[in-house]
Amino acid sequence: MSRRGKFVAGGLVIAAAIAYLIWAGVSQSVVYFVTPSELLAAPTPSKTYRLGGFVQAGSLKWEPKSLDLSFTLSDGKASVPVRHKGTPPDLFAEERGAVVEGSWTTEGYFKASLIMAKHSEEYKAPPDGAEPGYKELIKSLRGNDK
Amino acid sequence: MIPELGYGATVAALLLALWGAGAAAASARTGRAALLRSGERAAVGAFALITACIALMIYAFLAFDFSVRYVAINTNLGTPFYYRVTALWGALEGSIVLWAWMLAIYTLIVVIRYRRSQPELYPWVLSVMLGVLAFFLLIMTIPAPPFERLTPIPADGRGLNPLLQDAGMITHPVALYLGFTGFTVPFAFAMAALIVRRTGEEWITITRRWTIIAWYFLALGLLIGGWWSYHVLGWGGYWAWDPVENAAFMPFLTATAFLHSVMVQERRRMLKLWNLSLIILTFGLTIFGTFLTRSGIIGSVHSFTQGTIGYFFLGFLALVLLGSFSLLASRMERLRAEGVLDSVVSRESTFLLNNLFLVAATFTVFFGTVFPLISEAVRGVKISVGAPFFNLVNIPVFLALLFLMGVGPLIAWRRASAGNLKRNFLKPVLAGLVAAAALRALGVANGLVLTTMALVVFVAGTIALDLFRAVRARRRSGDNWGAATWGLLLRQNRRYGGFIVHLGILVIALGVAGSQAWSVQKEVTLDKGQSMELAGYQVRFDGLSASEESNHAKVTGAFTVTNGRAGGYMLYPAKKFYPQDQTPIAYVDYRLGWIEDVYLVLGDFARDGSHATVKLQVNRMVSWLWLGGLVLTFGAALAILPDARRAA
Repeated sequence: MSRRGKFVAGGLVIAAAIAYLIWAGVSQSVVYFVTPSELLAAPTPSKTYRLGGFVQAGSLKWEPKSLDLSFTLSDGKASVPVRHKGTPPDLFAEERGAVVEGSWTTEGYFKASLIMAKHSEEYKAPPDGAEPGYKELIKSLRGNDK
Repeated sequence: MIPELGYGATVAALLLALWGAGAAAASARTGRAALLRSGERAAVGAFALITACIALMIYAFLAFDFSVRYVAINTNLGTPFYYRVTALWGALEGSIVLWAWMLAIYTLIVVIRYRRSQPELYPWVLSVMLGVLAFFLLIMTIPAPPFERLTPIPADGRGLNPLLQDAGMITHPVALYLGFTGFTVPFAFAMAALIVRRTGEEWITITRRWTIIAWYFLALGLLIGGWWSYHVLGWGGYWAWDPVENAAFMPFLTATAFLHSVMVQERRRMLKLWNLSLIILTFGLTIFGTFLTRSGIIGSVHSFTQGTIGYFFLGFLALVLLGSFSLLASRMERLRAEGVLDSVVSRESTFLLNNLFLVAATFTVFFGTVFPLISEAVRGVKISVGAPFFNLVNIPVFLALLFLMGVGPLIAWRRASAGNLKRNFLKPVLAGLVAAAALRALGVANGLVLTTMALVVFVAGTIALDLFRAVRARRRSGDNWGAATWGLLLRQNRRYGGFIVHLGILVIALGVAGSQAWSVQKEVTLDKGQSMELAGYQVRFDGLSASEESNHAKVTGAFTVTNGRAGGYMLYPAKKFYPQDQTPIAYVDYRLGWIEDVYLVLGDFARDGSHATVKLQVNRMVSWLWLGGLVLTFGAALAILPDARRAA
């Protein structure tokens, strides 16, 4: 093989290896973002999802002793019970948006391993008493899953 | 008054920058010196006007002039003095002002430094720099005007985002923007060299030094960002592969690639086309990064969402890439390599591999960042690829780069003989293997950590071996060890500056590996007086207290930390309640150490102080990241110094 050929072949092997890594990385770590209605339409247990919704008023329960946190995420049409082990994060509260990562369980609830509270856009304090519309909220959630 | 003055200054600066860019280009075409002088005066004028904008904005912040919308949004009567100054870059509009100001400063330095020494390149460099400056002034004029008037004038402002009220936020954006804008200088020189068909060696020397400067500030910005994330956000991490972190990391990677491949061009007159492409790519990625951050297209802690600004950036990016790559294509015949690759086992091919891996890492980060966008646009499915993706792909790539870091500086150019390899690498390889075996015997089982440690010891071994030989050679001329080492660092500042930067990266690599593998955490609810234990530390909850600060209320927990050996100390993690927000913000308390940090976050608490939920982390070796940053600073400073050999 010519010298040039060796360099080209070596480069191609490395490029192929990295392409394989990227492919494997995507297929292993891709997480689908769903709303409560989408999740309930086709719940697949043990598949990882990011579930985005609105924490329903009166649904938040927090047991400091056992670190059990439970609440209901809703998108206005459907609602999903969520359970998590750990302190509710800052910016997490009822009637606010949240994105949780985890999986659906056969017992009929969503087991969250991570809660990402939704920071309102550009740090805007919601005007007093005004409740943001579901549509607006879901839209901003879908654009922001961090 | 201030909104009108500020807006007027912005528009005037934009006109001056446009005129200057045009005049400088026209002078290059016609050779008329008067036009060039006029372009220079326009650059100075634009700088003065942008400085005036900054002064006006700071004055408005200090005087609580809430008729300026930006001031009303980002400050309130309780905001402390220093955060009123730094609130200037706390949000979109002001950060663009800071950006433009830095770009104007770089332009001024270029004028002072190169107007006489580079008569051929200089007019075009000035033209390109002023053109880029005009773009950012356009942003300040149309889609993101910082001096927009607010009516009616509110009695009090909303206040700065509490997360930004931290010393890290004062310095992080400044360093990052100095890095981002700094890449405009190499880009301008590359364009000028292409236009006047002087793609020889001199522009490479200038470009290399400016790339190191920008690279260094970018590295510093990334590290300070990590520090901010670590001690403010309360999750105990410093890097999340967040889209906006990625946006800053991509130009860092391509600039790193350029700093290495440029040596092949200097030495062997090869890779000219490639080096120019890397410069263009790096500059393009800074614009792309700004687009990601500022357009709100990707959500993250950093992004400031705004309306049409994304189209401006996208349009400018398209213009930059199309323009520069077609210019490159038209000069193709001048960019032929004059040397050839002789052997696979040579320094050239080590640098090639290094570039291949760095570009692959850039592509991976790019792919992972935009893939969710593409998926949503094309398939309508919203997905995310998080940290697992980036780690899986990048860890092998970065380990390979570490290995090359040991090989590259010592392997022979052209063709390395078996003797050269044995002489330079036998001892470091053995040292690496022995270190891994020793750690294994000590009970380190994590394969990634062992690999990282072995590679770090190998690379450190090559650096030590090279330095030892060079110092010994100088000792023969009679110097003592200290004088010999110091003289060597100064005389071969480029080489040893680079080595010290490598050492800094090694220290950072140890910090990353150690903190990922060995950090532990535990979350518990404690009754008053109750203790928890983690990794040999006992943490006792002593009670809560509440206080009123200038612009927020604070609930502070008192905790006694003991570790069985010496006397204990107290940690005071808190929750801050800012009136402009409805939920509290955690305030982390920690005790840093070289081996481990004790890091305590107050979670939930009972209003009567009877119990509190805390997260205790014992984070290992995180301090090594910051130490690595210091080493890197020293190395970069050494490498930027004028080349002593050439000056002498």
